[in-house]
Amino acid sequence: MNSSPERSAKCEVSFLVNGKEQKILAHPMERLLDVLRNALGLTGAKEGCGEGECGSCSVLLDGMLVNSCLVPVVQASGASIVTIEGISLHDLMNPLQQAFLECGGAQCGICTPGMILAAVHLLEKKPEPKLDDIREGLAGNLCRCTGYMQIFEAVAKAAQRRVAK
Amino acid sequence: MRADPADYRLVSPGNLQAVLSLLANEPAQWLPIAGGTDVMVLYSAGKLPNRKLINIWNIPELRRIEVLPDRIRIGAACTYTALRRHDIISRELPLLATAASWTGGIANQNRGTLGGNIANASPAADSLPALLVYDAELTLISVRGERQVPYRNFHTGYKKTVLAADELIRDISLLRRFSKYFSHARKVGARNAQAISKVCLAGLGQVTDGTIRDVRLALGSVAPVPLRLDKTEQLLTGNKIDPSLIDIARKSALKEIRPIDDIRSTARYRSAVAGNLVAEFLEKLAAEGAQA
Repeated sequence: MNSSPERSAKCEVSFLVNGKEQKILAHPMERLLDVLRNALGLTGAKEGCGEGECGSCSVLLDGMLVNSCLVPVVQASGASIVTIEGISLHDLMNPLQQAFLECGGAQCGICTPGMILAAVHLLEKKPEPKLDDIREGLAGNLCRCTGYMQIFEAVAKAAQRRVAK
Repeated sequence: MRADPADYRLVSPGNLQAVLSLLANEPAQWLPIAGGTDVMVLYSAGKLPNRKLINIWNIPELRRIEVLPDRIRIGAACTYTALRRHDIISRELPLLATAASWTGGIANQNRGTLGGNIANASPAADSLPALLVYDAELTLISVRGERQVPYRNFHTGYKKTVLAADELIRDISLLRRFSKYFSHARKVGARNAQAISKVCLAGLGQVTDGTIRDVRLALGSVAPVPLRLDKTEQLLTGNKIDPSLIDIARKSALKEIRPIDDIRSTARYRSAVAGNLVAEFLEKLAAEGAQA
């Protein structure tokens, strides 16, 4: 199966990150997570497990929630990416972040950026989620402090406020 | 050790013919990558044997779901999210839509693909028992042409398949003749979401006047490949469901499976659960038949 080791050339990748055009040079198999953190300095997305189990590296890729540790950067070429740093550009920012603060939805904070992006994705698909919808929407995001009830409460609160507006 | 991205090539030909040419010109060298939910895990851990990858995420033919009068043809790179959101799949092939909802969390459903689940050939994959009971058929394609393979003949052993080195799975076809069947799926794992199954079952059945006219049962994680319970189905067909038939089915299922001990469970537990899932399916099928 193994081919002789060949060094791959870097290629140019352009995409929109948090609404801003970015052009970077990267090896095509570099993980989107590493490019965001190292080349662009956006350290909100965290590496937890590095295998798509924990969701702490969640970002939105063309509006779809993805684990950025599982995306080779070339597959994000031409895409629009939203990270936690860009969520302030998003109309869901205030209700969700505010609700996480109020409900104690963040403890150590490692899972929080991913939780909020998963919640943004959920509320776009289901503006009035039931508890089961929230559980399902966030099922791929693990909180090792185990503060799940406060997180679910925060998402429900943000959803109510958003709908009430 | 963590992989160094400089050691790996990833090309994006952008069309199917170019992908097939690469696969044919350097057989067994190139690994297709779609949503990356399996490939990237191995890659990150430094355990991916291939150093050359072809991006098939952006090939339009592989992302289509075609609804034909007699069948639904699902492009191999359709995601679990696409399957879950498809009205006709949800209505007529509910076992597939349910399995898609079990596979990972939302982020992995947005990237994981049905073709990837098949090619990865894990006996624990949640969607595969559903494909078995629906008699899915795969179209395999290469520069040599295309061929149809019943899904039940695709897996030949643990992580082994009939896919040739130059072939790609193009689509998965499912007949539209099971929408009137009673269907039931059950996954037993450590946790509902994101956990890999200890045992999973997909079942279809038709009962008239209390008698089983047709029954289809498949189990995951109980053998080196996802398993259709042919012998048990034969024993059941034409009979009325009662406690003694359920007992016969349970014993027959245990003879058909070959479970092992591994990190997720034990052979003993898997046997007990497999028998219980078959019994549970039959009880539900009987209740359904009694209502009809």
